[in-house]
Amino acid sequence: MITFKNVSKRYPDGYMALNNIDLEVAAGEMVFLTGHSGAGKSTLLKLIAAIERPTSGMIAINEQNIAQLKLSALPYLRRKIGFIFQDHKLLFDRNVYENVLLPLQISHFDNKMIASRVRAALDKVGLLKKEKAMPIALSGGERQRLCIARAVVHRPSILIADEPTGNLDVEYARDIMAMFTSFNQVGVTVLIATHDASLLEDTQHRILSLKQGKLAA
Amino acid sequence: MISAWLTQHGFVFLHTLKRLIASPVTSLLSISVMGIALSLPTGVYVLMQNIQNLSGQAGHAPQMSLFLRKDTQSADVQQVEQRLDRDVRILGHQFVSKETALQQLQQRSGFSNVASSLERNPLPDAFILHLQNEGAESMRQLQTELQSWPEIEYVQFDSVWIERLDAFLKLGRFAVLLLATILSIAIIAIMFNTIRLQILTKRDEIEISKLIGATDSFIRRPFLYFGAIQGLAGGAAAWVIIAYALSAVNLELVELSNLYDIQLQMQLLTLEDGVSLLIFSTSLGWLGARLSVANHLWQIEPQ
Ligand SMILES: Nc1ncnc2c1ncn2[C@@H]1O[C@H](COP(=O)(O)OP(=O)(O)OP(=O)(O)O)[C@@H](O)[C@H]1O
Ligand SMILES: [Mg+2]
Repeated sequence: MITFKNVSKRYPDGYMALNNIDLEVAAGEMVFLTGHSGAGKSTLLKLIAAIERPTSGMIAINEQNIAQLKLSALPYLRRKIGFIFQDHKLLFDRNVYENVLLPLQISHFDNKMIASRVRAALDKVGLLKKEKAMPIALSGGERQRLCIARAVVHRPSILIADEPTGNLDVEYARDIMAMFTSFNQVGVTVLIATHDASLLEDTQHRILSLKQGKLAA
Repeated sequence: MISAWLTQHGFVFLHTLKRLIASPVTSLLSISVMGIALSLPTGVYVLMQNIQNLSGQAGHAPQMSLFLRKDTQSADVQQVEQRLDRDVRILGHQFVSKETALQQLQQRSGFSNVASSLERNPLPDAFILHLQNEGAESMRQLQTELQSWPEIEYVQFDSVWIERLDAFLKLGRFAVLLLATILSIAIIAIMFNTIRLQILTKRDEIEISKLIGATDSFIRRPFLYFGAIQGLAGGAAAWVIIAYALSAVNLELVELSNLYDIQLQMQLLTLEDGVSLLIFSTSLGWLGARLSVANHLWQIEPQ
């Protein structure tokens, strides 16, 4: 489903964030990505959604080489992916409901389905009662869950989460992890970047660890 | 899929309206600016239309006199008359026989002696034509045409007045065009800047939308709607301004009409012209927004 071959990423300032990455994630798999701050976790995830482009190497999603994707084709790639951003990227001038609505509007979903889809997603993350609230009025954990609702509302086949439990207490973090597991159980390919070692203690899922832009064995 | 598309556009349309209403002072100000700017060329245009209408009215219609050859028979006269009837450029004609002409001459004081002292009637038969005013050029063409008819001795046509009106209308049309061009550019520039500011304040929204798979046309749409709706409102404002101004002028004209015992009323913008104005102003707003979006959106790339 996701393939990296000899992928390197050098930022315009010359910094080598990823160095010769080879990676294969199967459809329906759940994979963790760990590493110290600055190891290149976010960079790797952004490459999958073509938010950053690789300097060299080949990246394929569903056998489609995205390094050669035209700009006009990017939106359609991104709609297959649910992305939970490290910095949330919520719209602070729209309420909870409208934030979750956005991906559906973007993908031209039919009006009749929209409301029930949004509510189902909010229900899944336990925010149904807060649909009228503005993001500014939410706690850190609630915001994190709002991000998850927005990432899954259009039922993507790939879910990417960048530090979804950052700054949350252990209990919240476990809740959120349970959500990802349940998405994975219905067939969604899940990639989670985290430097929170406690999350990984008793997982049976594959763990990839990045060190200074390289994948460690 | 079509219903989804409609829903999408309907949503953007309503959302844009809400945005306009949410900042009423700003919206009203920019709509008034557009309205005033558009009302200038439109106003001059309406004025020209009225002058043209006035000049075309009966009594003001240009006249041409046809003098027939002295040796024409009544059969010839009839033939000429039939031909005149068939010509659409001629609104009406009036036959003045040489006898009538002589009578009229005799009735005029000072000429009665002269006329009665004549042995034979020296005057020719004549036609007076009332013409459709289609500009001096086509009138002169008609004149040469008539001149070539064998029964006609001489065609008299005073084109000076027509030419003056023609020149005046031409000047007016040029003024309309010039004003319209300059002010259209101004309106496009205003819209360009308005949308630029909006794009700046909506940076986050644009960036996030791109990140989760919005196409360029999805991102452009609300700005284009904004430009078009504001353009439409500006056009409507211009229409209202002109309607008010004209009814004010008409109120004054009523008094003048009473004084001079003539019918003087300005015609308002026709429905057709009004709709054209709305379409034009909507396009201007849209164009300004489109240019602005093309210039500024690509600068926002998510990272
Ligand atoms: N846009 C950028 N321009 C230049 N350098 C960048 C850019 N983004 C990231 N980097 C650098 O690339 C390296 C990897 O960054 P990245 O965000 O992938 O790390 P990370 O593993 O996600 O770290 P964290 O755990 O703190 O989120 C860092 O050293 C960072 O400074
Ligand atoms: Mg990161």
